[in-house]
Amino acid sequence: MPEISGYAFPNDVHVHWSLMIVMYPYITGFVAGAFIVTALYHLFGKKEFEPVARLALATSFCFMAIATFPLNLHLGHAERAFNVVVTPHFSSAMAGFGLLYSGYFVILLLEVWFVYRREIIETARRSRGVKRAFYAALALGTYDTSPEALEVDHRAVKLLSAFGLPAACMLHGYVGFIFGGIKANPWWSTPLMPVIFLLSAAVSGIALLVLLYQVTAKLGRRPIERETVQAMARWLWFFLILTVTLELLEIVLLAYENSDAWHIISQLLTTRLEFSFISVQMIGGSLVPFILLAIVVTMNAYLHDRVRNTLASVASLLLLVQVFSMRWNVVIGGQLLSKSFRGLRSGYQPSLFGREGVIVAIALFVLPFVLLWVFDRVLPIERAAPPAEPSREPAAEPARRTA
Amino acid sequence: MDETESDARAPAPPPAPEPVGRREFLANALRLGGGVLVFLSGAPALGEDHVAEGYDWTQHRYAYLIDTEKCIGCGSCVRACKAENGVPDGFFRTWVERYVVSPEASHVDSPKGGLDGFPPIQTPFTPTKSFFVPKMCNHCKETPCVQVCPVGASYRTQDGLVLVDAERCIGCGYCVQACPYGSRFLSPTTHTAEKCTWCYHRVTKGLKPACVEVCPTATRQFGDMRREDDPVRLAIAHGRVSVLQPHLLTEPQCFYLGLDKEVR
Repeated sequence: MPEISGYAFPNDVHVHWSLMIVMYPYITGFVAGAFIVTALYHLFGKKEFEPVARLALATSFCFMAIATFPLNLHLGHAERAFNVVVTPHFSSAMAGFGLLYSGYFVILLLEVWFVYRREIIETARRSRGVKRAFYAALALGTYDTSPEALEVDHRAVKLLSAFGLPAACMLHGYVGFIFGGIKANPWWSTPLMPVIFLLSAAVSGIALLVLLYQVTAKLGRRPIERETVQAMARWLWFFLILTVTLELLEIVLLAYENSDAWHIISQLLTTRLEFSFISVQMIGGSLVPFILLAIVVTMNAYLHDRVRNTLASVASLLLLVQVFSMRWNVVIGGQLLSKSFRGLRSGYQPSLFGREGVIVAIALFVLPFVLLWVFDRVLPIERAAPPAEPSREPAAEPARRTA
Repeated sequence: MDETESDARAPAPPPAPEPVGRREFLANALRLGGGVLVFLSGAPALGEDHVAEGYDWTQHRYAYLIDTEKCIGCGSCVRACKAENGVPDGFFRTWVERYVVSPEASHVDSPKGGLDGFPPIQTPFTPTKSFFVPKMCNHCKETPCVQVCPVGASYRTQDGLVLVDAERCIGCGYCVQACPYGSRFLSPTTHTAEKCTWCYHRVTKGLKPACVEVCPTATRQFGDMRREDDPVRLAIAHGRVSVLQPHLLTEPQCFYLGLDKEVR
């Protein structure tokens, strides 16, 4: 039994939302964050993001594919999970899940298809037998790679990004809303919650791509583009500043208003969450990467490539930890304080084994990378050889000229 | 009956299968899909709470009254609730809180929810008053738990109770988080949300909830707001009653007499 300091309502000593509910926003955060990176290229025309645009799309897709796993692992009756989609009770924030999830997934599927359509067709043409049949099926029967068709693809990708970006933001913002809309819990109940979740999603997505980009480039013996790392570091810095500002703002406001829950929340932060909030989330996870990224952003001209890449990588690693600890501090922290506002339960330790244990959580985090590897086998993330490299530009430009 | 009929008939050659037209196929598919939806949605079944024959829920609206001045902290109500409803160990559909208060400091506890009564305690301050407060689901009119249930398993009955349909509950725990009073829990045995039902299986038969039945001091009273002369209705209508956490505007239907400012 957990130890209680002060007085907690007797039913408030259980942490019903455990590690899996920490994993869920962590994973959907990568979905939204990675999509923001693709959108920066496809939608906002940031050319320096081109080398990571496809990687980001694939990453978003692979994390999306497993996003429901932690939820189903958590449910008391996972066999009834589909009821949320079939018979949603729309007054509940959770009931929108089916619509948002499937809507975004369709957009993502379509975007992947349009981005890869030309290569799918080319692979189908090149191959024989089962492989040919497989790619022919993926091509959905159209073999049109005329400049006009490719221009349509290009426009479709742009349009899908335009829908996908708000969809991704809503998918993740709504996760924050689920917490932000609980008026019973003062640690959750704030309209800032969806915004904080969204911004930290951007942080985790970009940080993951900084690492993935460098790792995949190293593995594929490709040069790491200076501008790409530099641009990602800059955006990462920007989103980090916004996130931490809002995270602090929420707490400062509670303290300044001296709200009825402040005395228990201040206890929560300085005792139960001292390590995970102050040390990990705020100092190690926010202040240190802030300084590292500040060096990359402000002293760019003086930095050797290797120094820049290392600084960006270390900052990104720390930020991945920061975002995880933020999810942990929100989800678990909110359940350590009793709604009596008089007591805290002792810290929560997840079990190692079991459905909601640490091993399953690690497996959930590794799984998208395995999927990413499979994705790369089927639809190569890097365009094959130099001749295929300028595929998009020449494909798009003649069409533009004719248009 | 079908068997004998079919046996009597001579085996006829199977008729040639009629081709199913596209229009017909689509219509059937839609019908089947609709049927599946209806089947899956079902009606809010009352689960294991057996309602008495001929009970009309539109004729009642229940309310609960707790007079904190009278509670002696015996814990009979907690024990009765556990026995009546098979409440799992470590979880509570009702519990009793002890307040030991001085102008400078206060101490609150509820050892095992008051299940075994209250052992004497020493406080580091000199108490100037102490009292017990029984707690339970407030069966709020504007309840956040029903609002947040993603599948509609938590619902409000017409006679004014908040219940959980254990056949539909997916065990997500959102209602547990949303209840400001800590009245709900996820049962470790059924893996669904559970809470006080005001002993719906009893009250629909004209009985009182188990906790009211056993209360030796009439601290806990249960009444029907649709009955003009109901003592609970009269007390709520004419007395000065309060509810827990009124600022949350959940409109609890559990009313308190003599509530102290220390109680949340």
